[in-house]
Amino acid sequence: MIKEYLENWTGLVNTVKIGATPQEGGTRRKTITVGGEKTLAFLFKEGHLPNKPVIAYEIWDIKPIDWPEELTNYYSDVWSDPLDWAEKVANVYKADLLCVRLMGIHPEINRDIDYELNFIKNLLKRVNLPLIIVGCGDDEKDNTVLPLCSQITKNERCLIGEVTQDNYKILTAAVLADGHNIIAQSPIDINIAKQLNILISDMGLSFDRIVINPTVGALGYGLEYTYSIMERLRLAALNQDKVISSPFICFVGQESWRAKEAKARQDEFYSWGKESRRGPLWEMITAVSLVLAGADILVMRHPKAIEKIKEYIELMFKNNF
Amino acid sequence: MSLSSLEIYKLLPKTNCRQCGFPTCLAFAMQLAKKAVSIDKCPFLSEEAKKTLEESSLPPIRLITIGKEDAKLEIGNETVLFRHEEKFYHPTGIGVILEDDLPDSEIIKIIKKIKGLEFERIGQKLKLDLIAIRNRSSSLDGFLKVIDLVVKETSSFSLVFMSQKIDFLKKALELYSGLKPLIYKATKDNYLELTQLAKSYGIVLVVSAENLDELSLLTKELNKMGFFEIVLEPQADSVSSLLWNLTQIRRLALKRRERSLGYPTLVVLEDTDKDLEILFASTYLIKYAGILLINTSEPEDILGILTLRQNIYTDPQKPLQIEPKLYPVGTANQNSPVLVTTNFSLTYYTVLGEVEASKIPSYILSVDTEGMSVLTAWAAEKFTASSIVTAMEKANLKEKVSHRSLIIPGYVALMSGELEERSGWQVIVGPKEASGIPSFLKNL
Repeated sequence: MIKEYLENWTGLVNTVKIGATPQEGGTRRKTITVGGEKTLAFLFKEGHLPNKPVIAYEIWDIKPIDWPEELTNYYSDVWSDPLDWAEKVANVYKADLLCVRLMGIHPEINRDIDYELNFIKNLLKRVNLPLIIVGCGDDEKDNTVLPLCSQITKNERCLIGEVTQDNYKILTAAVLADGHNIIAQSPIDINIAKQLNILISDMGLSFDRIVINPTVGALGYGLEYTYSIMERLRLAALNQDKVISSPFICFVGQESWRAKEAKARQDEFYSWGKESRRGPLWEMITAVSLVLAGADILVMRHPKAIEKIKEYIELMFKNNF
Repeated sequence: MSLSSLEIYKLLPKTNCRQCGFPTCLAFAMQLAKKAVSIDKCPFLSEEAKKTLEESSLPPIRLITIGKEDAKLEIGNETVLFRHEEKFYHPTGIGVILEDDLPDSEIIKIIKKIKGLEFERIGQKLKLDLIAIRNRSSSLDGFLKVIDLVVKETSSFSLVFMSQKIDFLKKALELYSGLKPLIYKATKDNYLELTQLAKSYGIVLVVSAENLDELSLLTKELNKMGFFEIVLEPQADSVSSLLWNLTQIRRLALKRRERSLGYPTLVVLEDTDKDLEILFASTYLIKYAGILLINTSEPEDILGILTLRQNIYTDPQKPLQIEPKLYPVGTANQNSPVLVTTNFSLTYYTVLGEVEASKIPSYILSVDTEGMSVLTAWAAEKFTASSIVTAMEKANLKEKVSHRSLIIPGYVALMSGELEERSGWQVIVGPKEASGIPSFLKNL
C-alpha cells in the first residue's frame, strides 16, 4: 500500500473579517471572512481550508478611461453614475464584495474631496455589501482622502488601501482608529512584504487586520513572479512565520486587462481568436493561477470571468467543505 | 537523491584490493559519489549493493521521450515541488484530441487549425506538442483512416493512439510504430498484452488506475516484465482529488523516492464547459501534469494555455533576456527616433510590438540591465543615466542617427536631467506604458 505523503504544517494563515453587520455596529448585510488556511490551495486531505477564496467586483468613482470594449459592453450603461454601477454589480451580478477605486482623486483628474466623500456616504446607503476602498496610487492625494473615507465609514470594517513601505503611517493610523483592515502592498518582494507587516503592526494594528497585496503580474506579463512569491510567502506562513501569515488580495482585473492579448481585437490579430472570449479567458487564467498560489481575495472586472471563477471555486470545494 | 561517499563506502567490500584502480575502497567511493567512475570497476560488488547503487543514480522521475525527430517530446525528470526551489525542466506536453468518428472534412479542418496554432511571445515560439487520435467510432477502419489523415497532413506533432481495443492499437502500431506514438492505455485488465506490444516496438505506454495503490502495483508488474517506458494516468472523481493525486505522485517520487510512481503523468480533460476545461487544464498544468490532452483547438484557448506554460516553466533564477544592443525596427534610418529600454525580454518585446504597431521606423536601444524590467532596474541602479550612456557608446549611436534626441520610458522621467547632462543629447520623456507608444510616436 502506498502511504500518502502529508506535510506536517504547523502554521496557518491569519483570518481577516471584512464588513460589519448592524449587530456589530455597522450597516452591512453580511460579513466576509478570508484566510485561515492550514495547507496549500485545495489540498483538503492535508489540512483545513475554512474559507473559500472570494471575488470582489472592481468599480470606479469615475467613468474609467482605458477599459476595453469587452468591459464597456457590460458597464457603459451605468458609467454616468458610479452609484448605479455599484448597484448593478450588487443586484444584477450578485457581487459578494465590492472594491471601490477612487481614481477621481488622482491629481490629473482632481475631483472635489467633498464630492468623493459624498459618493462614499451614498454608496453605504445604496449598497449594503462589505467594502474594499482603494486610492488612486498618488501618495499625497491618498493620504489626504483615504483617512477621511476611513472616518466616514467608521465601524463598517472595510478593507482600505494601499500602504507601502515608504508610505504607511497616515493610513494605518486612520484604519486603526476607525476599526478597518488594511492592504499592505509590496513590489513582488518577500522581504519588503515582511518589513511592511512589521512596521504596520508596530503601530498597533494587529496581524489579523492586514491583507497583503503581493503585486500582480498578469498571464504572460510576469505572472510567474507573483505566483512564486505568493507560494513562498504561503509556505512561510504554513511553517509558522507569523509576521507574514496574511491573506492575499490580488488585483487580477486591473493587470489582466492591460495585457495586449486581453484587449486586442481579432481584426488586428487574426490568429489570436475572438476577443470576446480571449479577454475574459485572460482574466480567468490569471485568477486561477493565483488561487492555486494561495490568493484569498481576487479583485476582478469581467462579469463572465467572475461568474466562471466562482463556479470553479465552488466545484473545487464541492464535497470538501 | 544521490548517496554520499560514506553511504557508498558502506556498500563496498572494504578490502582495498585496488582492482578498481584506486588505492582504497573509500577513495573509490568518493569517485563514485562524484559520478566520475562506473561501479563496474569493482569486481567484488554484491548484486544487492550494485542494485542499490544503480537505483540511487537514477533520477527520481524518469525522463520519457515520445515521438520522433522534429516532433519529439520529452517529459519527466523533474526535481522539485515548487518552481522557486530550482525550476521546472520539461514543459507539459499539450495535445488536442481528435475523435475518429468525425467526417473527414471536419478532421482535416481541425488538423489545419492545429497546424496554424503558432504564437510568438517574448522571442519564443509557442505551439502544441501532440495530436491524440481517439477511437470513439469503435471501427478499426475509422481509427486507421484518421491516423492516416493526420500523418499525411503533418509531421510536426507527436501522436497519441487512444483505443480500448488492443487489436486496433496493434494494427495501428504495425503501420505507424516508427513514429513512436504514445499508447493509451494499459489498465489492470489488459496490461499483459499491451505491455508486450509496447515493449516489442520500444514505445511509451500510458498506465491508468483508479487510485495510487493500483497504479503503483501496476507499474511494478510492468517493471517485472522489464518495461519502464511509462506515463501515469491517475484517475479521480473530481478535479480536487485529481489535483491531490498529481501532488501525491510528485511528492512520493521526489520525497520518498517511490520508484513505482517515478514517472511523468498524463491528464485527459473531459469535454464539458469550454471555459472550465481551460481552467481545469491550467490547474493541472501548474500542479504537475506531464501531458495534457484537451478537446479544444480554439486559438484563444491555446494561446492562453501555452502562455501559462511559458510562464510556469520559465527559469526563476534566470529572467528571459535579450542581447543588449541597438535594434532597428522597420526601415530605420538616420532620422528615426530612438527609444531606450531594458534588456528584459518581456519589456523589450512589449516595446517592440508597440513600435511595430505604430508603423514608424525606429531604433530601440536595449540597455544591459541584467534582465531586469524598467522600474526594477531603475531601483537597482542598473538602468541609469550612466548605463544608458554606456549603451549609446557601445552601439555607436551618434553615427547611426543624425539627430540628438532620446526617448526614455515615462517611469524613469526623473533621470532626464542627469541623462541630458551626461550624454549631451536631448531627452524626451515617453509614455509610462508601452501601449502609449503608437500614439506617442505619431505625435512626435
